[in-house]
Formats: sequence, C-alpha cells, structure tokens
Amino acid sequence: MKISKVAYQVMWNRLISVVEEQAQALVRTAFSTSVREAGDLSAGVYNDKGEMLAQAVTGTPGHVNAMADAVPHFIRRIGRQNMFAGDVYITNDPWEGTGHLHDITIVTPSFLEGQLVGFFACTAHVTDIGGRGFGVDGNSVYEEGLYLPVMKFADKGEVDSTLVQMIRGNVREPDQLIGDIYALVTCNLVGDRRLQDMMAEFGLTDLSGISEFILDNSRSATLECINALTPGVAEGAMRIDGYAQPIDLKVKLTIEKDRILSDWEGTSGVDKKGINVPLVYTKAYACYALKCAIAPDIPNNAASLAPFEITAPENSIVNALHPAPVALRHIIGHMVPDTIFDALDKLLPDRVPAEGAGCLCNFQLQLRPRRDAAAPPEARHAEVLIFNSGGSGARPTIDGLNATAFPSGVMTMPVEATEQVGPVIIWRKELRAGSGGAGQYRGGLGQFMDVGAAEGHEFYLQAMFDRLAHPARGRHGGMAGAPTLIAQDDGTAMRGKGKQFVPHGRVVQMGFPGGAGYGKPEARCRDAVRRDLAYGYITSEQAAEDYGLSEDEIAEILSLASSGADF
Amino acid sequence: MQDGVVKKGVRLGVDIGGTFTDAVLEVAGSRYSTKVLTTYHAPEEAILDAMMQVCAKASIQPEDIEQIIHGTTLATNALIERRGAKTAFITTKGFRDVIEMRTESRFEQYDLNLKLPDPLLPRNRRYVIEERVAASGEVLVPLDVAATEKLADKLAEAKYESIAIGLLHAYANDRHEQKIADILRQRMPSVLLSLSSSVSPQMREYERFNTTIANAYIQPLMKAYLDRLKGRLEEAGAACPVFLMHSGGGIISLESAAAFPVRLVESGPAGGAIFAAEVAARHQLDKVLSFDMGGTTAKICLIQGQTPKTARVFEVARSYRFKKGSGMPISIPVIDMVEIGAGGGSLAHVDNLRQIRVGPESAGSEPGPACYGRGGTRPAVTDADLIMGKLDADNFAGGTIQLEPQKSADALIAHIGDVLNMDAGEAAWGLAEVVDENMANAARVHAIENGEDLSEYVMIAFGGAAPLHAARLCEKLGIARCLVPKGAGVGSAIGFLCAPFSFEANRSVFMPMRAFEPATIKQLFVDMQDEATKFVRSCDGTAQIELEYKIYMRYAGQGWEIPVPLEARDADNPDAARFLARFEEDYKRLFGRIVQGMEAEITVWSVNAFTPTTPPARAQAPKTVEPIETSQTRACFDPALGQAVEAQIVGRDALEMGRGVEGPALIVEDETTIVLPASRSASVASDGTIDIQVKGRGQQTKA
Repeated sequence: MKISKVAYQVMWNRLISVVEEQAQALVRTAFSTSVREAGDLSAGVYNDKGEMLAQAVTGTPGHVNAMADAVPHFIRRIGRQNMFAGDVYITNDPWEGTGHLHDITIVTPSFLEGQLVGFFACTAHVTDIGGRGFGVDGNSVYEEGLYLPVMKFADKGEVDSTLVQMIRGNVREPDQLIGDIYALVTCNLVGDRRLQDMMAEFGLTDLSGISEFILDNSRSATLECINALTPGVAEGAMRIDGYAQPIDLKVKLTIEKDRILSDWEGTSGVDKKGINVPLVYTKAYACYALKCAIAPDIPNNAASLAPFEITAPENSIVNALHPAPVALRHIIGHMVPDTIFDALDKLLPDRVPAEGAGCLCNFQLQLRPRRDAAAPPEARHAEVLIFNSGGSGARPTIDGLNATAFPSGVMTMPVEATEQVGPVIIWRKELRAGSGGAGQYRGGLGQFMDVGAAEGHEFYLQAMFDRLAHPARGRHGGMAGAPTLIAQDDGTAMRGKGKQFVPHGRVVQMGFPGGAGYGKPEARCRDAVRRDLAYGYITSEQAAEDYGLSEDEIAEILSLASSGADF
Repeated sequence: MQDGVVKKGVRLGVDIGGTFTDAVLEVAGSRYSTKVLTTYHAPEEAILDAMMQVCAKASIQPEDIEQIIHGTTLATNALIERRGAKTAFITTKGFRDVIEMRTESRFEQYDLNLKLPDPLLPRNRRYVIEERVAASGEVLVPLDVAATEKLADKLAEAKYESIAIGLLHAYANDRHEQKIADILRQRMPSVLLSLSSSVSPQMREYERFNTTIANAYIQPLMKAYLDRLKGRLEEAGAACPVFLMHSGGGIISLESAAAFPVRLVESGPAGGAIFAAEVAARHQLDKVLSFDMGGTTAKICLIQGQTPKTARVFEVARSYRFKKGSGMPISIPVIDMVEIGAGGGSLAHVDNLRQIRVGPESAGSEPGPACYGRGGTRPAVTDADLIMGKLDADNFAGGTIQLEPQKSADALIAHIGDVLNMDAGEAAWGLAEVVDENMANAARVHAIENGEDLSEYVMIAFGGAAPLHAARLCEKLGIARCLVPKGAGVGSAIGFLCAPFSFEANRSVFMPMRAFEPATIKQLFVDMQDEATKFVRSCDGTAQIELEYKIYMRYAGQGWEIPVPLEARDADNPDAARFLARFEEDYKRLFGRIVQGMEAEITVWSVNAFTPTTPPARAQAPKTVEPIETSQTRACFDPALGQAVEAQIVGRDALEMGRGVEGPALIVEDETTIVLPASRSASVASDGTIDIQVKGRGQQTKA
C-alpha cells in the first residue's frame, strides 16, 4: 500500500508525541530530585538500525548526541541474534552512554510479530551511584562509583536478580536507585505501547518508510540551513578555572558545503580530578550550540545531527579516555557552547550571545549533627543537592537572562521544598545587583546565595563552581560579567571546587557569576540604563562609571524608583 | 430543553468570553439562551443586553430571576494584558526576586533570543523586611516591627492601591504576615491586602508569591467591576444574589470573589467542564474526555465518576505559543485541563522542514478565516473544513455568514499547496489532519500525565468547532463513543447552572508517616472544615453542606504527590494504617505497583465543602434505532479513508429519539455541524444528545 504524504506528516508528529509521553512517564515515577524536579533526563525512539528518529525535548542538551550514539553501542555489544521480546538493556558507561556514571541509560528493543522493528532508549541522572559520591574528588572513574557495562537488565522479561543485588549492595540509596531504574524501564514500555498502536493504525510492518521520510526531510532541511551560510574557517578560545590549573578550550570551526566541522586541537589535557569530559558529551554541547545558532527548529534525529562533525585529540580534557575521572564533566561541557560561539561570531556576525555564566552553579551539602559540642537529639544526617544558575550572556539585540541556565535547561528547586528535605537554611537567594557585564545590551545578572545549617548541625559543602578567576568575557565592546565569589560569613576563604567543611553556626556566602555584555556601554539606550538603576539591576557606581549618568540623574531616578514609579 | 426533571426557580447563567457573552436562562426546567458580542469597555453592558433578550424569550421580568451565576475571562485577561492596579509586594529579606527568577530555566531550549515574561511587579515595587520563619513554622528571626512601620509610611506616600504580602514558609505560620497586615491597615485604611497565607497557603514560594501578587494586582479592577455589575443589575430589576463561578468548578459569593479574584481565572472553561460532567451524569458515564473547541483554543479535560479532575496549580498567560512554562503559575484549586492553540480560526503555514504547522496564531473574528471574505488571506482550520465539504458555504452560522470556498482554496494553495506540491483538497486534508493530530497528542499526553488509557473513555464534544473534529479525534485516539449534547454552543453558561456552591480549603503541612500525629491532623481538618463551610454558608444560609476530605501523598524522595481521598471518619479519627492503605491502593492503580521499603509522606491536606446538586435525570437510549435516509448529499472528504465520500445531509431538528444516521453523514444545526465519518453511526437519546459510535457497536439498528 502506498502511504500518503499526509500520513507520514501525521506519523512524524506522532513519534515526537510518543517520546514526550515516554519522558512524562519517567518524571511521574522517578525518585531522584535531579529527574523529577530538575528535568535531568531524556527519551528517544530509534529504527532497527539504531538511528534515532525522535527525541523528547527535555532540560539536557548534553544527552542530545549521546543518546543518538548510544543505541548502536547496545546493538554491537549485545548482538542482534541475542535480542528478544521482553529484553531490557542497561548501562552507565560514561563513554558509551551520556558522560558519567550518574547517568543510567536503558534501551528496550521493540518487536512486531517476532520482527525487531526499533528501539526505545531513555536516560536519567540518579542522585547516587556509590563510590566517593557526586563530586570532583575522584582520581579515576573507578573511585566515582559502580560501573554497569552494556548488558541485559532483563532477559525475555526476566529481571537479572544477581545484577539487582550487585547494584543494591554498591550504592547509598538502593531503594531509590532501583526505583529509578524501574521508572526508566516503564518509560520505554509506555513508548513501545504507543508505537505498536501507531503501526497498527497505519498498517505498517516496519519503520523503514517513516524513517526515510523523517531522515530525508531532516537532512535536507539541515543542509539547507548550513548551505545558506558563507563557507569559512574561524578559531575560538576560552580560558576557565579548571581544578589544578587553568584550562584552555580551543576550537577550529569550518563551515563548508553540507557540513560544519569543529576540531578541538590545542585544548588542555586531562585533569587529575573529575572534571574531564568524554567526547560524546563534548559532541552533544558543541552540536547543541551550533543547532541553536543555525538550525533551531529542526528536531533532533540521526540525520539532523550528522552534518555537525566534532573531533578532539585523545586525552585532551574534551576527549578524556577511560579511566579518567569524569563525574563533573558538566562543568567543562557547559563551557563548550561559549567556546563555539567565540568562533562562530567571526563567521556569522550578530547571531550569537556574549559569554555567560556557562556551567550550572550546583552544590551538594552533607549535613550532620554538630560534633564540636553536644548536638540536640533531633539533629540528623542529610544529603541535599541544589541546582542554581548564573546570568546568561547578552544577545546581539537583547539583554542576557537573569539567573537562568544556559546551555543547560534544568530547573532549580524551591527553597521551601529544599528546607523540608534537610536541616538547611537558605538565608538569601536573590539577584546579584551589578553582576551583569555592561554593554549596549547588558549581561544577565547572577545571584547571591547564603546557605547555613539549622541549629545543632554542621556540614560539608561539595562545591562545583567555575569562573572565580575567569569571568564571562564581553563581545564587541561589551564588558565582562562578575566572577564567582565564595567565602564564609566570618571571611574564611573557600575553594570553587571540592568538598569543604563548614563549622556549626557559619554561613557560606556565594555570588554566582553574571553574563557578559554585548556592544559598547555608551550605546545603551538611556531608558534601559534608567530602568536598570531603578530596578537595582545595576549599582549607582556602575550607572556613573560604565554608563555615564550624572550624580543628579542617579539621585532623581533612585527617588522616583523608591516611590514605585513606572520605568 | 427537556431533561426530564422540573427544577424549581428562575436562574440565569452568564459567561463572558473573548468574543461572545453567552446567557442561559432556566425557567421551570426549560432553558432559553442567547449570544451577544462581548463589550470590552464595560462588560456589564453585554450582560444586561443578554439578560433582557433571554427574559423576553421566556416571557419573564428580570425581577423574577432568583439567582445569577456568572463566569468571566476578565480576570484572566487583566493578567494577560497587564491591566492591574499599582501594587506593592512585601517579602522576607533575601527573597526579593522569587517571582522574577522563576524556575531559573528556559521553556524553549533552542531559541537564543528567548525572552522571559516580565514579572507581574517590577523590582522597585517589591520590598523586603527582616524576619524569618523555618520550614517547621518556628520563628528564626522575629519581625522587625519598626522597619515595617517605616515601610508602611513609605507605601502610603507612594499611593499603592493594593499590597501583596508573601513571606517564606507563611503556609506553616502566618503570624508575621498578619502582623504586617495590621500595621498596614492602621496607616492605609483603604488599601486592599492579599496575604499568601490566606490566598494560597501552600508550600513552594514561587507559585504562592505569584498567586498572591496576581490576586492583589487584579483585585481593585475586579472589585470595581463586580460592584458596578451588581448595581446595574439591581437598576434593571435583577436584585437577586449574584454568584461567581470559580476555577475549581464551584460557585462562590460575589463578596468572596471580590476578596479572592484570582480564583476567577479560567472560570469559563471550568463551566464547560461542569457542563460535560452533567452530560456524563445524565448518561451514566464514568470515564469521559471533555472536548471543547472554539474559535481560538481547544480545551481537553478528563472527567472521572462524573467529576472533573482538579489540580492545585495552573499556568496563566502563556507568552510563547502556549508553551508549558512560558506563563505564570497560579496555585489555586482548579479544574485540570490542557488548553492548546487549536480552534476554527487557527492559521496554518509550512515551516522550513516542509511540515504543515497549525496555530496557535488565530485569525480571530477579524479578519477571520479566508472564507469569511473579510480580508483574511491565510488558511485557517475553518477554510480546510469548508474545502473538505464539512461545512455548507450557504448555510454557515444559520445562514448569517456567506462563506467563499474560492478564497479558502486560494489561501490553501498559496500557503501550503504551492510549497508542498499539493492541490487545495490535499492541502485542506493535511491542515485538518495536523490540527486534529495536535489535539489528539495533547489529549494523549494529558492522559499519560494522569496514568489513564483513553481507549476506555467516552468523548463529550461541545463548543462551535468541536462537532466538526470530534469523530476524527475519536478515530485517532481509539475512542469508540462520542456524545454531542444539545446546547453545545453555550455549554459553559449551562455548566454554571449545574455547579454546586463550593470552597476548597488547603494546607501544606509536611508529615512523614513515621511522624503521624492524630491530634494535629484532627485539628487541621477541623480548621479547614470551618474555613470551607463558612465560605459556602455565606452563599447559601440554609442548604445542606457536604464535605470531602483529601490528602496528597508520595513516597519520600518522589516529587509528584497523588491525591488520596479520605472519609469523614478518617478526619475525625486519623489512623496511620488506614491512611497508608488508601495511598498504596491508589498508587498501585495509577502506576502498576507499590514501591517496597520506601516511607510514604503527606504534603498537602484539603477539605472541600459543597452543596450537593440534584442528580440529573437519566437520559434514555433508544431501544431500537430507525435510520434516516435522505436524498440530499454532499461530497465530504473522509481522512481515515483518504478519499471523498458522498455524505447524507440531515437536519438535527429531524432527529428525534429513536432515529439514527449511518456515516458518512453531516448533521446540520444553526451553530455547528456534526461530521459523521464512514466509520461511525449516530443515534439520538431521550435528552436530544447525538450519540456517535463505531459502526456495529452500541445500539442495534433495525436495518
């Protein structure tokens, strides 16, 4: 039967809806806060060759290519002849999954009348996978937790109970982790059920026709976007804090007919601690940055991703090989887009933003009863993970976003919910005045956060910050954003990365970085400067120094602002 | 209309919508309805006009009306259009920017030029005060009274009309909010105050603060409107009590509505859901998908056990193509529905993937779809419906608008056909399939969010555009049966007349099962009972009041609670084992299995007080169905078959109880046309409802 163009249009929409349903089922049943509150997950559907046809749009660009590459690894390692209905496969291999042991990937084959027709895959970031815990301190991947090679979790419907026992015995929160794995399994089953319905409705016996339709249309749309650009070569670079010493990220971008190459030759080598990045994760963020700038409307699938080619020297920090420690691979991964934009700006003027905060400003607290004096009887142990964002870079015609994640898309947790989880008190979480880099368009503001323990507790803070010494740089005359600050309220200095003790009664004061400005500050519209001052987005000093407002003007604006005037 | 029971009293339901103001007058069980254009400058004008029209139809005087029940989009529009009053916000020091920082994420991942919606109040209208309450409700830092007094003077001087107060953990202890309110009242006797601990006492500061600010922001406007309306109605002779439909599907007094105007957000669509629930009750249906499609949007809602599903958070004023996360959260009890930009006026284009896209941009009523001949040149859903033969160009809206098929064809060719190499017919098919698929996808995702399988559901379709698309949606969703009730065009206003007086009191009190405290729980329920009952009593001083108890539970570590209904004896005599058993039963039903070894916890508590409504008389299905055969036919494209078929044309008036139609057919009435594809047949129930089923299922036909 010949299938009409309209039917294919409907089926493509349907597959996108199927993966959204798949992702939704995961959020509903997951336990880890990173999945259900922050949206650190992904889900996709594949044809029988392992080519990704559709992927749910979730908060994790880092999973984009990684997910697209994952299923072929499963086909290769398990072997088609060993795949049966009712099977479920698992891995957390950082190099064949999504970059660190904390991401569990589950793949489920889809069978129609005994024939393998496709696959479903999903990934989620779990709170704990054993080892040293989520942090920078591992010296190799062996210290970072339990490793699950690509293998069967269930064989023809039968769950491997030995594997389950091994997992349970190696992690801090076994019920929660096994609960999360089952949530992932359920999520693929939901997808498979919908796929079967769709194939029955349209009378399909395999996915070849719809695959061809999706991949052909995506390929030609992507190539159309790329071929509309002027071919050329440009280099981009960025220096960031790193762990032991500063890290240089370097990329050469080549736009040519039908493809864009990014080569990371010249980038620093691997670090001793867990900030190294498997290539698959670098590819994901490089590809994400290019797609945002060049082809934002084209859904992610095998064909729309293929024209973006990413290479990096082995054992550079963006292509760390086993057994390098990789737990916090997100810190550098999140800096990849700004590096790409540095090069892209030279090829495509007025398209990409100035540098932003880049990596998420996350930290984990390990709280316990105080040990320096008698603790109250109700004092307890707790692990609290908090995601936060600095400011994004100013865009060519718009200000940056205040305290909003880019390139990551995950959410923060409500303060009231966090304080219900453990004995932590967040004394301050608000915009950081003056932290956005000045410019014709201002960088987004970072934020202030003051965090302490409840009476009777002390804690370790596991820091995961960058940009202490290397703030976001402005573009085309725009000024830098403010750097990261961290210290205790009595002035005790703290490091940007690593596990650090905070005694009873002390509060950690943090300033998360602002985005950089775009264009010269003197070109900024006067009304926007007046509004920024009235709202307290900029300080009086900045208004005078960066934007040249007079003392009288400043006084007049502040007085109007305090009476609630419109700006 | 006949629904078998003669109800007492004369009641008027009025719904102010984006385009039309609908009125339905109920007199001794009969209903009289009308539609007039909404008068934006003074919405009460349209109400007066509509009221006089229906009174004339029913030959009664406004003095005879005993009750007016009103729903309106005014609150929603005031938030969308930012037409609120000069409002200040007072919060805990360190948290000035909660409503501006939102969830710290982007709702669209690939747009480098994304703009986030501005917060309702700019930063210079948000003030902070030194104080702090802990999650337990314990005071960590006492309120700085001197600073509060100073601030009050400042706010008075700045002439704020309305002030919102939202402090951290105020849901657990409202003492500081109350103290601030006392100080403000002394210095600003006429200012309107909204406290987060009374507007929305629930955990999660972003939602609670935003809801409180929204309430404060629209309160002066809504209060003035409601006072004016009351006055105008009295002048016209209708001095009866006026009640408002709230977002949760119940009715509150005009005074409560003026104090908590944020509860009026989306009250019109809530009326639609109540209407569908009433139809479900008449037909004894336990699992219903309500499908309400108008000119701009479609609303989809699940109705189980003849009660619309409710939720505790709703998003209003989505700023980016109806995208989730692009609006502002309002946490109030609300009927849980999805709204998508898919209506008769939704416009289509081809994107750079050569895919047809439809909506959310809408042609509205001006210029309208291309076929209206009012200058529209882009193809809308109505244009596709016309070209496919679903509509009669000469008989649209009871013949009041002459449609021009050539203009539809031109628009379809220019914007779709030329790009994709399709003729007008194929382009129309593609457009209609895309909009139907969009709605079907929204319904599927909504069902999965609720752990439901739609194939067990019956659809109830209403709103002007729904009957044209309902059967195709059923084909896509695997739904075997669809009802199109009478009065579908003014469904929301009818829904108002079916709604109970109700008020839901909520508390966020976090309690792990290991810390289960029967005495605390008992007191909590008593407090909520009093609060909810008091509200309902203010609407009706004598009616019987019933109470529903519900808690929200989850496993420790999960983020999504599930609602767990309780009985009165659980509130009087709380028992941990019973609570847990209830939770596990519901969890298993939703997700297949309970999670062994995990502790459960309770996060939110609620008591709903309501006046029970009389159950509607059951509609009777005909014992036998005699098919109508007409000679009049029209070519109509059947998307499931992928070809045009000759469809019989039947007037709805000709369909009485016991008559039926075999698809393909078009059942025509003034406000709309019911499209019956080849896969379906229809019969008529005793209440005039058209009952559409897959051929060969349901009633036996004589033929």
